[in-house]
Amino acid sequence: MIMPEPTIAITINGSTRQVAPGLTIPELLESLGLDFRLVVVEHNRAILERARLPEVEVKPGDNLEVVHFVGGG
Amino acid sequence: MASVMTQPDTFTIAGRELRSRLIVGTGKYRTNEEMVRAIEASGAEVVTVAVRRVDLDRTKEEGILYHLDPSKIALLPNTAGCYNAEDAIRYARLGRAAGMSDWIKLEVIGDERTLLPDTAATLEAAKVLVAEGFKVLAYTNEDVITALRLEDLGCAAVMPLASPIGSGLGLVNPYYVREIKTRLSVPVIVDAGVGTASDACVTMEQGVDGILMNTAIAQAKDAVRMARAMRLAVEAGREAYLAGRMPKREVAVPSSPTRGMLA
Repeated sequence: MIMPEPTIAITINGSTRQVAPGLTIPELLESLGLDFRLVVVEHNRAILERARLPEVEVKPGDNLEVVHFVGGG
Repeated sequence: MASVMTQPDTFTIAGRELRSRLIVGTGKYRTNEEMVRAIEASGAEVVTVAVRRVDLDRTKEEGILYHLDPSKIALLPNTAGCYNAEDAIRYARLGRAAGMSDWIKLEVIGDERTLLPDTAATLEAAKVLVAEGFKVLAYTNEDVITALRLEDLGCAAVMPLASPIGSGLGLVNPYYVREIKTRLSVPVIVDAGVGTASDACVTMEQGVDGILMNTAIAQAKDAVRMARAMRLAVEAGREAYLAGRMPKREVAVPSSPTRGMLA
């Protein structure tokens, strides 16, 4: 019998998602189809410098905001 | 030949010399292709962008960096949509973290109907952002006192409105805008309210350093053509200001000689 992969719950851009444990932020973004070089990530209200993103692993209950530039005046 | 255009008529914001006195927004265009062509036609060297959540369910949706080359055009992130200083500071920090610029168009809105600025909150946010090393271009109303205080706080430019954002009502208060320009040393950019080319021209004739606009171009039937019209109008208004207009008179004065008429 194959056990289901354990997942953790995190909040990204206001909605809860189940993701694999131990993912780094770039790995998480890649799983969402995003290029970490084109977005800015706020992790539990603290902005993460892009160079530091690979050092950060997501933990249960983390709150992430992933933003980018869009058209505006 | 007079000295027309012997020296380029440039101005400087936060150490960056600009030839174009027109800054344009990137919102509300029907297509990205139209936006890119309109920016090109406008001659703008700086464009504003907004910071928003990535739409995770439609990840094919592209951010604006797929369409603009930041090595060719300077990006000016804004804090549009923020109604208090804390949010504006948060958006400003996110904008800077993108790594393109430490410039921020600070905008703290106080009222949904008019989108007029909350000047107290704008001053509060400006103080924090200047201390953090941001080059703050502050959107404000045409109040001279607030403009002076924004300059005192160290803003890189002060940006009074012509009329409410997106209204297209043109320059409703030329006197106060002129007074702000007279009193401030930092560049004064009129931001918001311009509706068509004549508005841009009249605004530049007040002697301000430049204009920031978005809707007037993006929502014109032909945005690219309006962008070109705005470029020409900003240049025309600037030239007219530098030329110095003739005085207004309440009575007519003939342009042709009154002497030499036939008997």
